[in-house]
Amino acid sequence: MNRQALGYILFVVFLAAIPVLGIYPIFAMKIMCYALFACAFNLLLGYTGLLSFGHAAFLGGAAYASGHAIKAWGFSPELGILYGVAIAGVMGVVMGALAIRRSGIYFAMITMALSQMVYFFFLQAKFTGGEDGLQGVPRGTLFGLIDLKNDLNLYYVVMAIFIVGYLIIWRTVHSPFGQVLKAIRENEPRAISLGYDVERFKLLAFVLSALLAGLAGSAKMLIFVSATLSDATWQMSGLVILMTLIGGMGTLVGPVIGAFIVVLLENKVGDFGAAIAKHTGVEWFQRLGESVTIVIGLIFVICVLAFRRGLVGELNAWLEKRKGISTQA
Amino acid sequence: MITIFGIPLQAFLGQLLLGLVNGSFYAILSLGLAVIFGLLNVINFAHGALYMFGAFLAWMGLAYFDLNYWVMLALAPIIVGLFGILIEKFLLKHLYKLDHLYGLLLTFGITLLMEGLFRSFYGVSGQPYSTPEALRGATNLGFMVLPNYRAWVVVASVVVCFATWFVIERTRLGALLRAGTENPRLVEAFGVNVPLMITLTYAFGVALAGFAGVLAAPILQISPLMGSNLIIVVFAVVVIGGMGSILGSIVTGLGLGLIEGLTKVFWPEASSTVVFIIMAIVLLLRPAGLFGKEK
Repeated sequence: MNRQALGYILFVVFLAAIPVLGIYPIFAMKIMCYALFACAFNLLLGYTGLLSFGHAAFLGGAAYASGHAIKAWGFSPELGILYGVAIAGVMGVVMGALAIRRSGIYFAMITMALSQMVYFFFLQAKFTGGEDGLQGVPRGTLFGLIDLKNDLNLYYVVMAIFIVGYLIIWRTVHSPFGQVLKAIRENEPRAISLGYDVERFKLLAFVLSALLAGLAGSAKMLIFVSATLSDATWQMSGLVILMTLIGGMGTLVGPVIGAFIVVLLENKVGDFGAAIAKHTGVEWFQRLGESVTIVIGLIFVICVLAFRRGLVGELNAWLEKRKGISTQA
Repeated sequence: MITIFGIPLQAFLGQLLLGLVNGSFYAILSLGLAVIFGLLNVINFAHGALYMFGAFLAWMGLAYFDLNYWVMLALAPIIVGLFGILIEKFLLKHLYKLDHLYGLLLTFGITLLMEGLFRSFYGVSGQPYSTPEALRGATNLGFMVLPNYRAWVVVASVVVCFATWFVIERTRLGALLRAGTENPRLVEAFGVNVPLMITLTYAFGVALAGFAGVLAAPILQISPLMGSNLIIVVFAVVVIGGMGSILGSIVTGLGLGLIEGLTKVFWPEASSTVVFIIMAIVLLLRPAGLFGKEK
């Protein structure tokens, strides 16, 4: 337990030192946003056993809402973020209430269909700027004190948002509420027979997940000073599933690692393809960068077939096994 | 000129026909999904990508081998079906003992893979495909001008859908299939080769998607992304209809296409979302779907 606490402290120190280490802050901020998004998603998939195929709706919805509030209504950044999160929460209540009426595979299809509806709404609505998205949102000054136009200031704000979001998830998972969620994941009929109002717990988990995904969306909007349609597409919903799957669903740290890998992959796969093309002489690899989708699809297939526990899950299993052997000896 | 609610009759019927054409695609695709789900318990996300594959096969046949529409209409479903056998044998097979969600995730990955591959070779802009000679032009029915090809799409889809219904509900083969859906282990005990049946069912389901793809080739732009935008609507159709009944899938598909067409006439902005709105209403009133049974 102490070792775990030490690990977290070291990680926070590392996060705080990133700008000093010369890592491009925008890149680090992007990873933190996706990491929070994936953690929020994992709360639902990994700890409640509900596969939402429409989480992009909350990321995109919050980004549009806070962007619009800041740009058109002159909200301050903190109020804008709050507004975006609130909108994501409202969307979560509506989508969640509809989706939990069916379970399993239907739940996934319903969330996907509803988020596609949200996508079409953003495509057609006046305030979102259609295909162009919402551009040039002013970052403003947080609480009237911290100037967010400075990337370094923004970096520490985003870091704080990420840590707070992560702590909320950590607390939720380790609370009695989180235990009930796990019970629902493991055996829903049993949870019902123990007297838990399963539907209410599922809805609460869904809304909490939507709120945190919204927080990630609002933060992402502030970083890129824009909200775009791509945040609300089904591809984005798929990407967050992949992040959770690679890292290890049902583990706290997994989605963070998964998000790091996926973002890195999106940014670097072009260089990687160029390198392969140089070594093998196969011209086609040059185009790898243009079609990240192929690589992501391939990783998806491999993960589902051979690597279902994800990186952290496999590591935990390996450690368990080793511990088992050493106690036997 | 005759008008209905202030809209010229010709335009009104034209939109209805277009709705029916879309409805035909919904019907074939949701039928395939239902057949596959019945036996494999897998929601085949790749259905959209395989539909796109069918359309591309039609185009490739003409562009590379000079094979016309009619040849490809027969050949493309077979190729897509064979491809389906590969997917089932090498990938899906390993997931049957696990949570059904993994099947969805695997086929989602296959979709990304296929879309990405086609995009890297053919780009995102669509490929044109001309209507076969015999079905060009339009027939004047007096009250409307009926484009021949669209009429053919609707007729061909309905025939294929009902043929499928007949085979599943009225033949011995279909009876085995239904028994396999109900209790595969018992059917296996009677000496039926269930794994083979599963493979062929998957192949047949995706062949239907390939067939729909060829039908769509002359009316829609053939592009790598044509399938996934459609498949999400088909998911909503499946949720509305419930996957319990073959006839239910057909009726729901055609009906929702018609409703979409009507919406395009009266409230164009809502036409892309109307199916999802209906899905939400159905979930509130009849969560198991119109033709579904609560499990």
